[in-house]
Amino acid sequence: MASPAALLSRPLPDVGGPAQPLLSVRGLTKHFPLKGGLLNRTRGVVQAVDDVSFDLRKGETLGIVGESGCGKSTTSRLIMALMEPTAGEVIFDGQTVGPGGLSMKEYRRQVQMVFQDSYASLNPRLTIEESIAYSPQVHGLSRRTAIERAHELLAAVGLEPGQFARRYPHELSGGQRQRINIARALVLRPRLIILDEPVSALDKSVEAQVLNLLMDLKEQYGLTYLFISHDLNVVQYMSDRVLVMYLGRVAEFGPVEAIYAKAAHPYTAALLDSRPSMDPDRRRTEPPLSGDPPNPVNPPSGCRFRTRCLHAEDVCAATVPPLAEAGEDHRAACLVHSPGSGHSKAMPHAA
Amino acid sequence: MPHDPGANPLVEVRGLNVRFVSRDATVKAVNGVDFTLAQNESLCILGESGSGKSVTLRALMRLNPPKKTVMEGAVRVGGHDIVAAPEKAMADIRGRVVSMVFQEPMTALDPVFTIGKQIAETIIRHEGVSRAEADRRALGLLELVQIPSAKRRLAAYPHELSGGLRQRAMIAIALSCRPKLLLADEPTTALDATVQIQILLLLRRLQQELGMGVIFVTHDLGVAGEIADRVAVMYAGRFIEEGPVAALMRGPLHPYARGLMGATVHAGMRGTRLTTIPGAPPDLSRPVQGCAFAPRCPQAGEDCLPAMPELRSPAPGRNVRCIRVDEAA
Repeated sequence: MASPAALLSRPLPDVGGPAQPLLSVRGLTKHFPLKGGLLNRTRGVVQAVDDVSFDLRKGETLGIVGESGCGKSTTSRLIMALMEPTAGEVIFDGQTVGPGGLSMKEYRRQVQMVFQDSYASLNPRLTIEESIAYSPQVHGLSRRTAIERAHELLAAVGLEPGQFARRYPHELSGGQRQRINIARALVLRPRLIILDEPVSALDKSVEAQVLNLLMDLKEQYGLTYLFISHDLNVVQYMSDRVLVMYLGRVAEFGPVEAIYAKAAHPYTAALLDSRPSMDPDRRRTEPPLSGDPPNPVNPPSGCRFRTRCLHAEDVCAATVPPLAEAGEDHRAACLVHSPGSGHSKAMPHAA
Repeated sequence: MPHDPGANPLVEVRGLNVRFVSRDATVKAVNGVDFTLAQNESLCILGESGSGKSVTLRALMRLNPPKKTVMEGAVRVGGHDIVAAPEKAMADIRGRVVSMVFQEPMTALDPVFTIGKQIAETIIRHEGVSRAEADRRALGLLELVQIPSAKRRLAAYPHELSGGLRQRAMIAIALSCRPKLLLADEPTTALDATVQIQILLLLRRLQQELGMGVIFVTHDLGVAGEIADRVAVMYAGRFIEEGPVAALMRGPLHPYARGLMGATVHAGMRGTRLTTIPGAPPDLSRPVQGCAFAPRCPQAGEDCLPAMPELRSPAPGRNVRCIRVDEAA
């Protein structure tokens, strides 16, 4: 058996081959019961994530976008196994995660996460090198080797080890701390990194530095990214494919070019139209949507977007729209794209 | 004067310096800001964290913590001297002449009073009208900011409203005494994309309909593009570039403004490498020699260091603090 140091010096082998999705999410669901009142009875259920399925291909960057309460962060935490799903499963490179499949320790070596709040993610009482060297020691590396590895990673994220290794998180700027979090995520040589709003708290000039770094590291370490953001421009810049979520469900899923050129779901179209125009001579005149996203406690029946949708008809209240073909590798959960759905704009019969 | 606001500007700021003094250090947050704002004009102050944009905005209402703040220079808003006014006079000026919308409506609103009560209180305090009249005005204000079922919402507490409605309620309070100048500190940063655009368009419409001056602070270039007439870019407590929004967004002249715009991700940048600004902004508790941006500037040279560059006007209405920019002939 190879030593831990040798094991951690390279990524784990590709088990399923290039055609096997690195991650398959099947019917992922998370409901939070709302308790309160007399006897702490359940008063309602927040359907934070409801029947979400997708495949993440090896080497791609998949962007997840949506507004607050759409379930994008809950999805990432379910994938990371930071909480128990109500239903559904996560398959990593062909192996189920959990009892009988990939052990949690093995899985966490292969999947790492970077959070939005760079300060809260770091232990304030550990120096930078100790923070980065922590997980390799859990995986069996000696302290000395782990610290050496931490220094390599610091250099890889553009921070001079001699200058930064012994500092504490509060001595660094937000951008530097986010680099530390990226280094820490990389130290076990994972194959998938979940980036949950990694640049949302940063200033624009620092955001650009971190995005460039993420692009470089992806190339250098052969990574796959799940990139979660509310910033549509950043998602467009980073992603190969995009998953749009609304109130816990997938609204649209497809290649970034197709979605940004011609969104198939009315929600995606409205979301893209909500971006400031960047051209003072062609300002927006009407907001594409009115009101706020509804409360996920009691989501609308049928299509959850129908209460804000311009194309809503009676049938939208009665039928949950399936993810229907909207182009090559492109699907949208809208009855307009479902032949035979009964929506007046849909094709009358299934082809 | 580079920018001509007419004979009677709404805001006139000359040589504004703001320092925060504590036992350990003195931070020079704002270092010589000059600008004017015409009646019915909207200015957007663009900058990154620590650039002094919020401190400048708060200085216009004297909202920086009084015990720690040293404020110098001349600030006049609607004819009132903000630097010299006694605290009692300030209480009348705030709300009636100038008022502010904050980023976080949940912390800016009082959680234990209904929205209707908070608006009516403000009107009674400033205008001494009857309770019934104040309630009537409160309803009108909620309708003005397009809150649906306004009558019912008067009785709502802040936590019962969504983020977008809370921000609308805060705008209603800010407008309740018909100020001439509305200040807004990142008013849409905490909101979702589909709600942000609604609030921006609402503020733009209100500014035009009510004929107010508006000063916006934001770090988001897109926000400036949607609502500003003019844009000022701040760095290390100074306006380093200022001009009409379209000209400035299409062709920023100061190396920092150019860097900032190159670093902002927008549509059509896929596949290109983002330009970045190396280094970090200066520590404002230490003295800065010459141009504050010089240590990070690709065009910097020895000649940038002796003194802070004076404002140059390379085109009508545009001002830049950079010695590499040529003055218009």
